[in-house]
Amino acid sequence: MATTHADADMRTRLQDWLPKIVLAPSVAATLIFVYGFILFTIYLSFTDSRMLPSYDWVGLKNYENLFKLSHWEIAITNLAVFAGLYIVICSVIGLTLAILLDQKIRGEGFLRPIYLYPMALSFIVTGTAWKWMLDPGIGLEHTMHAFGWESFAFDWIKNRDFAIYTVVLAAVWQSSGFTMAMFLAGLRGIDNEILKAAQMDGASNWSLYRRIILPQLRPAFLSAFVILSHLAIKSYDLVIALTGGGPGRATELPATFMYSYTFSRNQMGIGAASAVIMLMTVAAIMVPYLYAELKEKK
Amino acid sequence: MAGASTDTAIRTSAPVRVLIYLLLILFALFYLLPLFVMSINSVKPLGEITGGNMIALPTVWTLDPWRSAWSTAQIGVEPTGLKPYFMNSILMALPAVLLSTFFGALNGYVLTKWSFRGDKILFGLLLFSCFIPFQIVLIPMARLLGLMGLAGSTPGLVLVHFVYGIGFTTLYFRNYYAAFPTELVRAAQIDGAGFFRIFWRILLPSSGPIIAVSFIWQFTNIWNDFLFGASFADLDSMPMTVALNNLVSSSTGVKEYNVHFAGAIMAAAPTLLVYIVAGRYFVRGLMAGSVKG
Amino acid sequence: MGFLDIDNVTKSYGAVEVLHRVDIDVQEGEFLVLVGPSGCGKSTLLNMIAGLEGITSGEIRIKDRVMNGVHPSKRNIAMVFQSYALYPNMTVGQNITFGLEMHGTPKDEREKAMKQVAELLQIETLLSRKPGQLSGGQRQRVAMGRALVRNPDVFLFDEPLSNLDAKLRVDMRTEIKKLHQRLGTTIVYVTHDQIEAMTLSTRIAVMYNGYVQQQGTPKEIYDTPSNLFVATFMGSPAMNVLPARVIESGGDLAAEITDSDGKPVHLRFPKSNTALKAYAGQSIVLGIRPEAITDPEGADRNAQVVESLTNLVSVTEPAGSDTFVTTMLSGKDCIARMRADASVEAGKPFTFAVNMDKAVAFDPKTEERIA
Repeated sequence: MATTHADADMRTRLQDWLPKIVLAPSVAATLIFVYGFILFTIYLSFTDSRMLPSYDWVGLKNYENLFKLSHWEIAITNLAVFAGLYIVICSVIGLTLAILLDQKIRGEGFLRPIYLYPMALSFIVTGTAWKWMLDPGIGLEHTMHAFGWESFAFDWIKNRDFAIYTVVLAAVWQSSGFTMAMFLAGLRGIDNEILKAAQMDGASNWSLYRRIILPQLRPAFLSAFVILSHLAIKSYDLVIALTGGGPGRATELPATFMYSYTFSRNQMGIGAASAVIMLMTVAAIMVPYLYAELKEKK
Repeated sequence: MAGASTDTAIRTSAPVRVLIYLLLILFALFYLLPLFVMSINSVKPLGEITGGNMIALPTVWTLDPWRSAWSTAQIGVEPTGLKPYFMNSILMALPAVLLSTFFGALNGYVLTKWSFRGDKILFGLLLFSCFIPFQIVLIPMARLLGLMGLAGSTPGLVLVHFVYGIGFTTLYFRNYYAAFPTELVRAAQIDGAGFFRIFWRILLPSSGPIIAVSFIWQFTNIWNDFLFGASFADLDSMPMTVALNNLVSSSTGVKEYNVHFAGAIMAAAPTLLVYIVAGRYFVRGLMAGSVKG
Repeated sequence: MGFLDIDNVTKSYGAVEVLHRVDIDVQEGEFLVLVGPSGCGKSTLLNMIAGLEGITSGEIRIKDRVMNGVHPSKRNIAMVFQSYALYPNMTVGQNITFGLEMHGTPKDEREKAMKQVAELLQIETLLSRKPGQLSGGQRQRVAMGRALVRNPDVFLFDEPLSNLDAKLRVDMRTEIKKLHQRLGTTIVYVTHDQIEAMTLSTRIAVMYNGYVQQQGTPKEIYDTPSNLFVATFMGSPAMNVLPARVIESGGDLAAEITDSDGKPVHLRFPKSNTALKAYAGQSIVLGIRPEAITDPEGADRNAQVVESLTNLVSVTEPAGSDTFVTTMLSGKDCIARMRADASVEAGKPFTFAVNMDKAVAFDPKTEERIA
């Protein structure tokens, strides 16, 4: 038996390594620019960095100071109000539109892109448009007065107590069409034969939705919640363009807080600490979600 | 949604249908209103805006605000108009889009067709990076760009957008290639094609749709970005969004709303155009953002 | 030593061994079919021959060259996949010549080889089409063309017919057999369909649970299955297996079973069957193929021992060419195969003829064949 034991030849061995070599730059970039940077920022949050990074350890002092700041308190209260309303209103509008669009609507192909186009815009553009439309001196209020409705008043954007709701309004305008698309995809994925079976069982449209359809939309609800909440926490551009955080600090969010403390007020340690809190919040939502999604897909 | 059936078993009565159409049209008006208001007011003289109402058509049509926004409006200190910043955005977006799509395609190919021990973890790491609040990387990134001599430059912004775009592009291509028959790769291996040859000759020619998705998503995201532009660009490399914000929020002189609107539409135009031309792929990209392909 | 040697090969994923010491020699020109239920390891073995999966221990040799660690493209093999794996972006012609192109064959030679293969498979008119425009049968031909054009030492087929509809499958089966007879190529063919295995092969290896249960010609496998698994897996309808007891009566050995009333019945074995002596008085599992239980007129005239027994018919299933009759023996449903015009009625007693020459016996514990 002429057994020339030619173990893995060169080419085969190179081929075995190529995939890893090709993946390496992306993995390296991610390890440095994402995870390395996260660690660096976490480290900075424990130092007395001000205008420039410093490496003097101060323990939890930045976090203690952060939570004593009324500015930060406003920011997280605003985030809670903003995120809560944003998620709920987007979901309600999105679901309503999706259900309405799912009734064999003529011109669906025309309406759907109209609902969705704001998602293609920059938040800066959205902010510019709404800032002006909501401006009482020139926008909606002004227009109503010009039409002769003198008592019409809509000055939320100038009002400390109500300005945050204008941020909600503009954000909902931008994202609710996207939420609609997510729910519509979920609705279209439901087996029509199940619905026909339920109708033969005598279910009304109302009970059909409540008992059969909505329960099957759970994955869509979950996806919508996760995507919207992570968008809410990251929201920065819209506030900058719409209100600039004002009037006063009425519409500050953690994202704007972090930016101004780090880059304008030279309180880098506190800025880093606020960024860490933001990351933790996002991670608390995203990590379980991604874990479940990836596990399921095996 | 692409290709999904519009068939539904639900039946509704005529009065209910009228109500449904009414509601749908109302919502359509709500979504269209800001774009409509911006458009008509961008071709009005300033006096008509401050004196008239916002939904009235112009009595005098003028393109002056557009000319001004494009080439003469004051951005920061220079009366340059938005034109140079529009170019900045293009110079920033195109390379970053191409690079991140290219690497995303290779990564997706490796992760699905050449899987190895631990690849799931690596993918998880890449994926999570899509969802971090970028505030967490702003400080070290500013430092690193400075050290690399890329601070305040367009190449610096390209690097930033490339690095933080890989996660999403990898996700797209991974989901797409996961559905690509592995037997094809095996057949090509037996035929004698190597790693790159299989990618070029077998997978890439069938990747048109997902390349479109990745391209559009990346382009939209990078074009619309404000945070990185505001943090890492200087006056010469400012992207369009930052320039627009400067124009709109500058506190000197009279507020030329019509010029602001013309500028806003200019900033929105490229992504809107992409959306109108290839909306199908845009929606697919959005959907894939919820991880499920 | 054969043309293709699979020498003591095992495969493990981590601590789990999925193939246990597989030992098969294939001679040049043989048509070996690996058959077994899904998960038996047959596709893994094929992929190991192809080089698409590594070998944990043992050796695979083609023409005495050790293949362990050799890249698939350097083994001089070709493979036809279950999904055909035609490159969707290339025309039929490009699909067929892609392998030659990768191996650096000059263009005019590629064209010539492609023409020959296309003619052989009668796909000349399809050469400029894309796979998406072809029917299932046409794709199948193209996939075979892609393998043939390489003129490999060994052809590997991975369930190539399972995506075709029933009629086309039979046609393509015949074509593959014709092709093998004409070209005399060496083929390793994986299938879960025992009829494909029987009709195509010159040799069968039945696999189950990562073990090769039996190797042999189709006739050997069918007539003398080495264990209960092989006996029941090969053949359709499956072999009837009945609990029985070996008794000695009048110098003859017989199997004692019970009829539909629960009364004992004796079925004599032929005298040539001596291996059963040792089991006298003990339990066995009696295996009788459906075609060995017939109506008396349909019984084999040349058989040494044909026993007759009267039993209640529970179901009849006319299948056109044959009629399948279900009757209960030893508490189990037992299928008999009759001529189509046998007059048999459900719910009535009927006299069956049992060809005991064809009966086999298994040890109930080890499940190995005794005789």
